[in-house]
Amino acid sequence: MQARRIRVLIAKVGLDGHDRGAKIVARSLRDSGMEVIYTGIRQTVEQVVNAALQEDVDVVGLSFLSGDHLVFVPKVIQGLRKKGKKDVMVLAGGVILKRHVSDLLKMGVHKVFLPGTPPAEIVQYIKEHLTRL
Amino acid sequence: MKKIEDSLGRWENTTLKEVLDKSPEKEEAFKTESGIPVKRLYTPLDVEDIDYETDLGFPGQYPYTRGVYPTMYRGRLWTMRNYAGFGTAEDTNKRYRYLLEQGMAGLSMAFDLPTQLGYDSDDPLAKGAVGRVGVAVDSLADMEIIFQDIPLDKVSTSMTINAPATVLLAMYIVVGEKQNVPQEQLTGTTQNDILKDFIARGTYIFPPEPSIKLVLDIIEYCFKYVPKWNTLSITGYHIREAGANAIQELAFTLANAITYIEKAQERGLDVDDFAPRLSYSLGCHRDLFEEVAKYRAARRLFARIVKERFDVKDPGSYLFRTYSGSCGSTLVTQEPINNIIRVTIHALMGILGGHQAIHTASWDEGYALPTEDAARVALRTQQILAYESGLCNTIDPLAGSYYVESLTNEIEKRTSDYLKKIDSMGGMLRAIENGFVFREIQESSVQFQKQVDSGEKVIVGLNRFVVPEEEEFEEHDIFESDPHVEASQKEKLTAVKAKRNEKDVQNALREVQNAIDRDENLMPHIIEAVKCYATIGEICGVMREKWGEFRAPTYI
Repeated sequence: MQARRIRVLIAKVGLDGHDRGAKIVARSLRDSGMEVIYTGIRQTVEQVVNAALQEDVDVVGLSFLSGDHLVFVPKVIQGLRKKGKKDVMVLAGGVILKRHVSDLLKMGVHKVFLPGTPPAEIVQYIKEHLTRL
Repeated sequence: MKKIEDSLGRWENTTLKEVLDKSPEKEEAFKTESGIPVKRLYTPLDVEDIDYETDLGFPGQYPYTRGVYPTMYRGRLWTMRNYAGFGTAEDTNKRYRYLLEQGMAGLSMAFDLPTQLGYDSDDPLAKGAVGRVGVAVDSLADMEIIFQDIPLDKVSTSMTINAPATVLLAMYIVVGEKQNVPQEQLTGTTQNDILKDFIARGTYIFPPEPSIKLVLDIIEYCFKYVPKWNTLSITGYHIREAGANAIQELAFTLANAITYIEKAQERGLDVDDFAPRLSYSLGCHRDLFEEVAKYRAARRLFARIVKERFDVKDPGSYLFRTYSGSCGSTLVTQEPINNIIRVTIHALMGILGGHQAIHTASWDEGYALPTEDAARVALRTQQILAYESGLCNTIDPLAGSYYVESLTNEIEKRTSDYLKKIDSMGGMLRAIENGFVFREIQESSVQFQKQVDSGEKVIVGLNRFVVPEEEEFEEHDIFESDPHVEASQKEKLTAVKAKRNEKDVQNALREVQNAIDRDENLMPHIIEAVKCYATIGEICGVMREKWGEFRAPTYI
């Protein structure tokens, strides 16, 4: 039997509508053999958490381009924990200041991908680190 | 021509061949940013099919390839119009007055996301977004503060507002009224282009049909009462930013324009009554010559489309007047000060391309909204080009370049072919509904990324000439939005609500609702509602209730 494919939810939470980056990452992960679900823009925290549960994903990738990452990241992580989804890898990416990275890691994000990251680096990170969770 | 052809052949077989045999060129095939093949050399042979009179003509004359106005920048410079707005109304008023003092000629308003999506600052969905990417506007009270001591008969204001454009325009009209500036005198632009929001920008609220009704309400109302207003800015910029190439950007923009004109005609409006007030916006991307050719092709193709498809008499209906701006996606956060150079090239494209207004991004916009200093550099960039460089002494200076003319032809041809494809699907609304537009943009976006990843497309500091991490830019001077904005905005909203006459507000909102039921133009009713300080959330709430909300297709 084949091993289960890695399942990833790429999500846009909040009112921001910029999703070029989210869609590029989603495509790259899919092309690398992962199962990818993209929520589309303008999702609430609840919608993202529910999608992560329903789709039984291993990874939640959150994309931010409007500076609201420090507002939404902790809420998504709390929401996931509250619903018992503790084993999920949470990644964040987009327009995020370097000085916010350590805050995000403290909140429970596994890795922050800053602007200019080649998508292959994200693929590699997930493949290397997921089993160790 | 035969003589040139012969000598070109001789040159290729002798002088050129000798060098190529010894040292081949860097690439096997050269291409523009959008993938159009570029030859080694352009000669009169490449432009021999051009008929000067019918293809190029003269500025201010059909087909407007050389410019929309007869004197262009010799008569009047473009409007330097940098996009700004953040935090509270007070913060934005201060920034606007600063920019005007520094010599900026027109304002370009950035609204926060709750405003763009018709939510008040106290809406649960607004949490975290109040005043962040633009200024928060809940009611007329905010607009009064934003334009305090800024006389609306002296400045023109471009508002990047779409789904709730009727509400913001209504507020602007009322602020003018309070300054004793009648609406007939107001100048400015509402972006009001909901189709590109469905396609690329994402700040749509209602389904396509009522969304287009609102676009037309502004067009119709302004034709009657605000004659100098640019009612609709049909925008390719965001389509490009979403990943489209130059051809797709232009084709989708023109297809959107055709859709709006057809819909306005269906409503009984005469093309000549509204088309002269339409304006356009395209991005300034990376490839200087391709972009200049794109703007020239856009003017010519648009004029030809209008002539072919619509019955117009007013020459103003042919004009593809543009506001162009730096594509933010071309800016990077690695060694960000280099973005000043990129932005200079953007402005250069805009000027050589003959735009009516130009936005230059600030070097720090890869991170956040610009600081005041960075915003000033962006403005100075335009001023240096305008006053120190000799760029504005003559009209359309790249005309006659074998390369630029040839590229202009090629872009026009490729865009026309694309438009035929959209026509054959039944038009742009169908191409949006069936997902064609989303797939096309995504494929271009993926291709661009692959070319960056492989190094085929060079981005200095990102995939070539990369500095070690420890030498990277320190982020200390970056704008961070004030965390107190949300609380103070909510307080202000509560105060406005406490002071206003609630009965008047409810009556006005009911009138908006009744006008929707009677399928009337909503503008006069929305003006009455904003006058009694009904909020944007309340007015859009009435519309949400009537029309519901929409979700555009998405494709990865």
